[in-house]
Amino acid sequence: MYDFAYHKPTSVADAVKLLADPDAKAVSGGHTLVPALKHRLNKPTALVDLSGIAEMKGIKRVGNAIVIGALTRHVEVANSAEVKAAIPALAYMASHIGDVQVRNRGTMGGSVSNNDPAADYPAAVLGLGATIHTSKRKIAADDFFLGMFTTALDADEILTAIEFPIVDKAGYAKMKNPASRYVMAGVFVSKAGGTVRVAVNGAGPCVFRQADMEAALAANWSPDAVAGIKQDPDGLNGDIHGSAEYRAHLVGVMAKRAIAAAG
Amino acid sequence: MNVVAPFEGIGASVRRKEDFRFLQGRGAYTDDFNRQGQLHAWILRSPHAHARIKSVDISAAKAMPGVVAVFTGADMVKDGLGGLPCGWQIHNKDGSPMAEPLHPVIAHEKVRHVGDQVAVAIAETREQARDAAEAIVVDYDVLPAAVSMEAALKPGAPAVHDDVPSNLCYDWHIGDKSVLDAAFAQAHKIVSLDLVNNRLIPNAMEPRAALGEFDRTSGDYTLHTTSQNPHVIRLLMAANVLHLPESKVRVVAPDVGGGFGSKIYHYAEEAIVTWSAGKLGRPVKWTADRSESFMSDAHGRDHVSNAQLALDANGKILGLKVHTYANMGAYLSTFAPCVPTYLYATLLAGTYTTPVIYCEVKAVFTNTVPVDAYRGAGRPEATFLLERLMDVAARETGIDRVELRRRNFIPNDAFPYQTPVALQYDSGNYTATLDQALATADWAGFEARRAEAAKRGKLRGIGCSTYLEACGIAPSAVVGSLGARAGLYEVGTIRVHPTGSVTVLTGAHSHGQGHETTFAQLVTDKLGVPGAQVDIVHGDTAKVPFGMGTYGSRSLAVGGSAMMKAMDKIIAKGKRIAAHLMEASVDDIEFERGIFRVAGTDKTKALVDISVAAYVPHNYPIDEIEPGLEETAFYDPKNFTYPGGCHIAEVEIDPETGKVSMVNFTAVDDVGRVINPMIVEGQVQGGIAQGIGQALLEACVYDADGQLLSGSMMDYTMPRADDLAPVSVATHTTLCTHNPLGVKGCGEVGAIGSPPAVINAVVDALRDFNLRTLDMPATPSKIWGIINAGRQQAAE
Repeated sequence: MYDFAYHKPTSVADAVKLLADPDAKAVSGGHTLVPALKHRLNKPTALVDLSGIAEMKGIKRVGNAIVIGALTRHVEVANSAEVKAAIPALAYMASHIGDVQVRNRGTMGGSVSNNDPAADYPAAVLGLGATIHTSKRKIAADDFFLGMFTTALDADEILTAIEFPIVDKAGYAKMKNPASRYVMAGVFVSKAGGTVRVAVNGAGPCVFRQADMEAALAANWSPDAVAGIKQDPDGLNGDIHGSAEYRAHLVGVMAKRAIAAAG
Repeated sequence: MNVVAPFEGIGASVRRKEDFRFLQGRGAYTDDFNRQGQLHAWILRSPHAHARIKSVDISAAKAMPGVVAVFTGADMVKDGLGGLPCGWQIHNKDGSPMAEPLHPVIAHEKVRHVGDQVAVAIAETREQARDAAEAIVVDYDVLPAAVSMEAALKPGAPAVHDDVPSNLCYDWHIGDKSVLDAAFAQAHKIVSLDLVNNRLIPNAMEPRAALGEFDRTSGDYTLHTTSQNPHVIRLLMAANVLHLPESKVRVVAPDVGGGFGSKIYHYAEEAIVTWSAGKLGRPVKWTADRSESFMSDAHGRDHVSNAQLALDANGKILGLKVHTYANMGAYLSTFAPCVPTYLYATLLAGTYTTPVIYCEVKAVFTNTVPVDAYRGAGRPEATFLLERLMDVAARETGIDRVELRRRNFIPNDAFPYQTPVALQYDSGNYTATLDQALATADWAGFEARRAEAAKRGKLRGIGCSTYLEACGIAPSAVVGSLGARAGLYEVGTIRVHPTGSVTVLTGAHSHGQGHETTFAQLVTDKLGVPGAQVDIVHGDTAKVPFGMGTYGSRSLAVGGSAMMKAMDKIIAKGKRIAAHLMEASVDDIEFERGIFRVAGTDKTKALVDISVAAYVPHNYPIDEIEPGLEETAFYDPKNFTYPGGCHIAEVEIDPETGKVSMVNFTAVDDVGRVINPMIVEGQVQGGIAQGIGQALLEACVYDADGQLLSGSMMDYTMPRADDLAPVSVATHTTLCTHNPLGVKGCGEVGAIGSPPAVINAVVDALRDFNLRTLDMPATPSKIWGIINAGRQQAAE
């Protein structure tokens, strides 16, 4: 890696100040950024290590929502009694991210801010219709994920927490890329009263909502309801592990499985 | 109280001695060695598959902080260095030698694959060296690349080497084509099959590394390197590249974290650090990062073949005809030319009585990483071809696939059995290994399991392979006549110390095999010395007299035999000393497990009495016998050894996703006498993991421009624990008849026997889709594509 300065602020305000430098980068678990640095694919002037900021930690229930601090590690979400009781699909999703080492280091805020198209968390955030809390505002999930590795966050804006509404039902299913074990195609579904959300990750350049499936499920919440719905492969990812057509097919399969898992 | 020590001889599952240091992180690998004043090298590698180097500007790089030197190919040419040598010369059909273009240590004038060495930056720290390498400005004239073999052989294709315009390295054949044609004319049925044997990237856990040193006082060079055969590296590098006397070069291969063939070869970086250490008078270290491993370690396999099998009306094989294209990559790696010829075509009889075989192999240069031996080397390619062909033949003749194999097995009373492709098998019992495997895997009960799986929506399949391989390479005169530029004996020294402990010096090299344990068991068994008092020394040309190293499952069959021969010499000398001490005739002295006895009496001397007498020769026939108790033997094998057996794979396919899951794997292997059953089981399991990797997961993929798409673990699928199945490993032994231990070899059987068993199982699972050809790896997207196309066809 190239040389960089290292800062470890203890407050969000201090971190934001340090991130005023456009070439500084925030880091928490480091499971995406550190490999990129080692490959010299990134040349930040400074790393702003967020892990010392207490106000960005913790899981709590607030009204009809679970609020999770951005620095919360995947393993903590996976093991949280609060999350398991309120939104079991969220705990399930977290328990299937990467491998043990990734779950022990990687953080929710890092994953969501990075918005890797093949990451798990964006599907849960969009599929549950969560609200993103940042150092300067609150952003609805539908407005947050803008494109491949791109979010609504400003350069000096830090994701501090995510508020996940407690829904009636939710489920997640994914097909892993055989090599990287990232998501080839995943679907996160939820139902809250008459509102159904279906979020697709892995298959496209950015997590997206599947409107046809949402409409079908609003009318009939069952795996059969989506059986006849074909995901359009146009615009989906194709690579040496699978074509866009294969990924489009997997969206249908994973949707059925996610709905079945949701019950 | 009588304390009975646990048996530590031949046949005991002694725990691996070396694991104490490995598991406690006390292993000493090449990168763990650091010297005072050590510099670090970073290799600048080509980003292009094929380009002419117009200029290399190193001025900015040389001026950077900490930089001591920057060298290019031109510097090596100026110093008169040779190219990296090839250790095997194949001859074309017409008797002319293969094309053998220069393999520059650092590319000069042209680069020929992504990852080719272009320059080396040497600095005080690794990061400084890397910074300097990035500052080197290379002006490339990018050329069209010949990436696939098909593209490389087209008229007008870009020539990888200007002096080999056709890109054809050799056009070789074995067997009598006219006899074969006659056999085919008699055939009741001819079964034809096209096959691809996928290119693999070895990925040993420890990346390659090299540390060169130069002693200004003595003028001696020392190279620490990640090698499977340090003496071979010394010979090739000193004689061919650096033009130094071997006596001035020491090569050490310390603990090595896996090789699988990829660490046999003499690599450019070894010569670079040794040469630059001499030029700079300071130690120079290079350690690959994983990305470099992907684009600079020799790759494996990469065959495209057509095979035709002629059968009579009863399913007896009349003849086999094979045409194969073998990818050499951009340069000839050390043993590359022999892999698709003498380690491949000679295996095409397999376990069957095929009377005539003709095989033609065209080896092709392409703008890709060099390809060489990888776990199994030629034999997995032959086995995959043959065992897939047997399944297709069974389908097309309507004969049960197990029955078809039985009808063609070489019978037990036919040994020694001469195949039509040069090899003579000494022993085997293919029916026994098949029967045992069928019973263990409950082959007979499969259809019930398939029906149960179908109820769960899964497609279940079972497949077998009844393979044979040739290892323990090999009689020197034979390989010499086939083009090897080396002998393939092995060397062992047994040093009995005055107090009776033993040091073994072996030319074999352990990089995961457990030699320190297994070889000690031989000494315990033969000389009666407890394992704790036996040390195995390997991997250092300054300590071990000579050696040809470890590959081709040869260490026990060849290296172990050298040790046995040296121990025979120790015993013979010991008997003469014992005869003197006990005032008896030498002919009356018997020896068993550490005790010399005058036959028929209770007069005995222990080995330690003899060693004390030998080193403290006060009462000693000094005029007749030299003092000391140390013997060296060179053992040249009389034949290859021929392990074989049966592998059975059982898989389930999720038809919705195409994902193939291994649900069961059974191996029954005949590896000859088993010295340590636990280590054999581990070796076979490891080989099967790699075989399953090849069959289901691993694919080295280049794009049309020669960029390596599967250049990291993100895109190259190494097998993980959850990709594997419960593996049952058993042995059924027939002894090798021509080496003193009766051993055959177990290092490669897993990787050789398993891929066709897995693919046969996948094809069986898809039996409703009428699948004939299935290239590895059977990835989810590929399998889903087959299922989807089949269902669409059925719907139309």
